[in-house]
Amino acid sequence: MPRYLMSVFGPAERTDYGNYGTKEDMLQAFADTGAFNDKLQRDGHFVFADGLEPASTATTVDGQGDQPVFTDGPYLEAKEYLGGFWVIEAADLDEALALAAEGSKACRGKVEVRPFNTEESLKAMLES
Amino acid sequence: MTDSVELAITRAHHEEWARVVAGLARRFGDLDIAEDAAAEAFAAAVERWPSDGIPANPGGWLTTTATRKAIDRLRRESQRDAKYQAAQMLYDEAPPEPRGPLEDDRLRLVFTCCHPALAMEARIALTLRLIGGLTVDEIARAFLVQETTMAQRITRAKVKIKAAHIPYRVPSEADIRDRLAGVLAVIYLVFNEGYLAGGDDPLRVDLTEEAIRLGRLLHNLLPDDGEVTGLLALMILADARRAARVSRAGELVTLAEQDRGAWDRALIAEGHALVRERIAAVAAGGPPPGRYQLQAAINAVHTAAPSLADTDWSQIVSLYDRMAAVDPSPIVRLNRAVAVAELDGAAVGLAEVDRLGDALDGYHAFHATRADLLRRLQRSGESRAAYDRAIELTGNSAERAYLTRRRDQLGD
Repeated sequence: MPRYLMSVFGPAERTDYGNYGTKEDMLQAFADTGAFNDKLQRDGHFVFADGLEPASTATTVDGQGDQPVFTDGPYLEAKEYLGGFWVIEAADLDEALALAAEGSKACRGKVEVRPFNTEESLKAMLES
Repeated sequence: MTDSVELAITRAHHEEWARVVAGLARRFGDLDIAEDAAAEAFAAAVERWPSDGIPANPGGWLTTTATRKAIDRLRRESQRDAKYQAAQMLYDEAPPEPRGPLEDDRLRLVFTCCHPALAMEARIALTLRLIGGLTVDEIARAFLVQETTMAQRITRAKVKIKAAHIPYRVPSEADIRDRLAGVLAVIYLVFNEGYLAGGDDPLRVDLTEEAIRLGRLLHNLLPDDGEVTGLLALMILADARRAARVSRAGELVTLAEQDRGAWDRALIAEGHALVRERIAAVAAGGPPPGRYQLQAAINAVHTAAPSLADTDWSQIVSLYDRMAAVDPSPIVRLNRAVAVAELDGAAVGLAEVDRLGDALDGYHAFHATRADLLRRLQRSGESRAAYDRAIELTGNSAERAYLTRRRDQLGD
């Protein structure tokens, strides 16, 4: 079954309550997202999901040279960063988009849906 | 090539292209293969029909030829591929003949081409290429972009359909209404692109005709859908006035000044019949009319009137009221105000138009409407300024010519 990455982005600067206005908002979003994850599990879509620490805690590593180079911070400078994601399995994009809409409502953020490579697409790439 | 062969090929292209592409897309699960094989089959027809004669069943001939071309391509590709999984499926029998319109491959293809995950311009390009059978070059010229740009747009869309697994099917009952609205929007955009063309050509007949052809196809597939019927009626009734709408000098002719004798009576009769069919369906308890049916009804009132003065303006205002309930956009209110000006006088119409200034200041038709109403109220200075703004904002050459003449005819 096709796999999709569903990413949620949020502002670089987080409030005391993550990206939420109040503590109540945050707790409610967590509860709704938890319920959504349960549903993904129940219906056989769930592969993986988690939230991330702020982008300021990231380290970028370049291991292509003789010695690895470590840089404090995310790979790209941006106003918004990946804040969390799901990996799901869905029959096709229509199903994935419907799940993304539910996830977006639950976590209160926009969700980017992106397909993973498939055996077929990799094969096509190797043959080209 | 003799005329009759050429005619047969053109007709086959109009009637069979979408069916051939859609059938291949279902069978091989790949739009690229479907498109290329269909194009090769039509090229083979151009080559062979003049000497071999027109086949008794052109559609069958084209489908068989295209299927063979697709199989040849897959065989070539599978030779590079140890697993010849793709070739295996060729031995499968094609699924049984479609049982109803919702099973028609062309409808699947329409919904795939107009998928909401594709950008609007990609949906338009794919629809014109895969359903309409226009060449990439024709589509590029219609939208005033380079052929390479258009080719890239289409390729990118096909890659996304494949990589993101956009399904090849008619949406479920729950989604079909919204998705169909998206399909109708694509067709209407193609129509308007032709009807209110930018660039030097005020009218792109290739696009209006293609949109109507797509509208007819959809109407054949979904004859009971009110909005599908409404859109077809709307386009037909607008197209019926085509000959009267632009003067020989290339100037837009407004409804008030059009030679109604030059309207296409056959198209008007067809459009009116479609509108009557919808009125009867709604009266019999069908769903209330949506935007296209209401717009078609408005056009039916216009095309039923022997002159501008004899138009049933109160009917038009009440249809716009219903439109505003479906679509409370400022553009609908602007059009309503135009009808109000005919019914209650230019001053009343202008007062309504002026309330829309914030929302529509960047819209040429807003300024053109104001200019006309101000002219009728003998407020020449303000009218001139409004014409200036409208001329500056319009992208249509015929409209610019019309507005310029009107402005220059203003007294002091």
